Amino acid sequence: MNIYRFIEQNMDQVLTLGLEHLYLVFLSLFIAMVTGIPTGIAITKNDRLAKKVLDVANVLMTVPSIALFGVMLPVLAPFGVGLGKVPAVVALVLYSELPIIRNTYIAIKNVDSSLVDAGKGMGLSRWQLLREVEIPIAIPVILAGLRTAAVMTIGIAAIAAYIGAGGLGVFIQQGISRSYEEMIITGALGVSILAILVDTGMALIERCLTSKGLKIEA
Amino acid sequence: MTFVIKIYRYALFGLLFFFGIKAQQIGLVEYLSDPFEMEYVLELVRQHLVLVGSSMLMATVIGLSAGILLTRDRVKKYTTGVMYVLSLGQTIPSLAVIAISLSLLGIGTKPAIFALTIYSILPIARNTLAGIQAVPAGMTDAARGIGLTPFQTLLSVELPNAASVILTGFRIALVINVGSAPLGFLVGAGGLGDLIFTGIDMMMPVKLLAGAIPTTLLALIGDYACELLGLALIPKGIRIQNN
Repeated sequence: MNIYRFIEQNMDQVLTLGLEHLYLVFLSLFIAMVTGIPTGIAITKNDRLAKKVLDVANVLMTVPSIALFGVMLPVLAPFGVGLGKVPAVVALVLYSELPIIRNTYIAIKNVDSSLVDAGKGMGLSRWQLLREVEIPIAIPVILAGLRTAAVMTIGIAAIAAYIGAGGLGVFIQQGISRSYEEMIITGALGVSILAILVDTGMALIERCLTSKGLKIEA
Repeated sequence: MTFVIKIYRYALFGLLFFFGIKAQQIGLVEYLSDPFEMEYVLELVRQHLVLVGSSMLMATVIGLSAGILLTRDRVKKYTTGVMYVLSLGQTIPSLAVIAISLSLLGIGTKPAIFALTIYSILPIARNTLAGIQAVPAGMTDAARGIGLTPFQTLLSVELPNAASVILTGFRIALVINVGSAPLGFLVGAGGLGDLIFTGIDMMMPVKLLAGAIPTTLLALIGDYACELLGLALIPKGIRIQNN
């Protein structure tokens, strides 16, 4: 078994697939973020709705990823996108919603009510209150949700290779069907390294974006 | 807002109805009522359950004992290190774990069970650790004060108090496990992944759904069963206190 040689000889493909993997992950994370964070903030105002939304997201998380890909195939097939990147991104977005919505909801809910009252007392409007007080305080928790989502998405994107979405999972998929061990290991290592890198990267971003005052407190 | 909830409920019913019609249209009902196919599906469900059951059993034993061990005084200094390594392990995608164990253990049920076990240990170990650590020091002190040995303290004070947190970990592990088990098909372990992957390859939605729907149901049932288990396992006194 010679993994180094395999990687050396296929460097181009490793890079292309790695970038494709990252593209899938970040595209879906972006969509999930743009939809999830506002949803999370919106439901803080209504407990019953919040419970419903979180329940739905919870059930979605419970659905096994490969089953979700499977179910989406006949649903999306009439539009001609049953296989490929579209169902993969849809599934990845759905999976990322729960950690993002839940963390946003919990974070905003847990902002000390005296701080909110103080903001109100200073004459901040609802929007200003959100922007100046609630979001800065909630941001570490929201980012933690994003981080969970990112790591999970990388793993699920690997499985998406089986529905033709590309990415590093292709190495694992083709390696298994060809019994080509170097290829399997390259794919597995690539995905794992990607996940660990993104995890640490997000941890760093988390630290940078947390406002200074909050860090002193903690 | 109640309006939104009402719409949501109707939408849910509508969706179910839609899926029912769709299932009939593509011939899922017909497929499943064929006795030969049904037998095959049931056999795959059995394989799936064996995969999930044996790996969960091992993961629970290992995870619980690891979590308990890490809270003992003698090994406390290693706790952070071990937890760091374990959580790094969880970052590794499940497909990668299964692929690596394939190259270690060859084809068959063994690598699948191995990978699923490895993958399910962390949530259980982490929550056991967190649960026991969260038991108020006053309680363990009181236990020592009335003359319980460390083992008795563990059994009758620490574990019951940590039960709900441990169970949450078990539940997370179970859901991850049921969801990753279809991947076992790729390394020759059978299970419902057989129908899903074959269905994708042959572009046969019927086959695919016959695998995907039971997998999803298993995950949802497992999740719900854990909730019921919680009611049975967690002592009443603690439950009331939590509420």
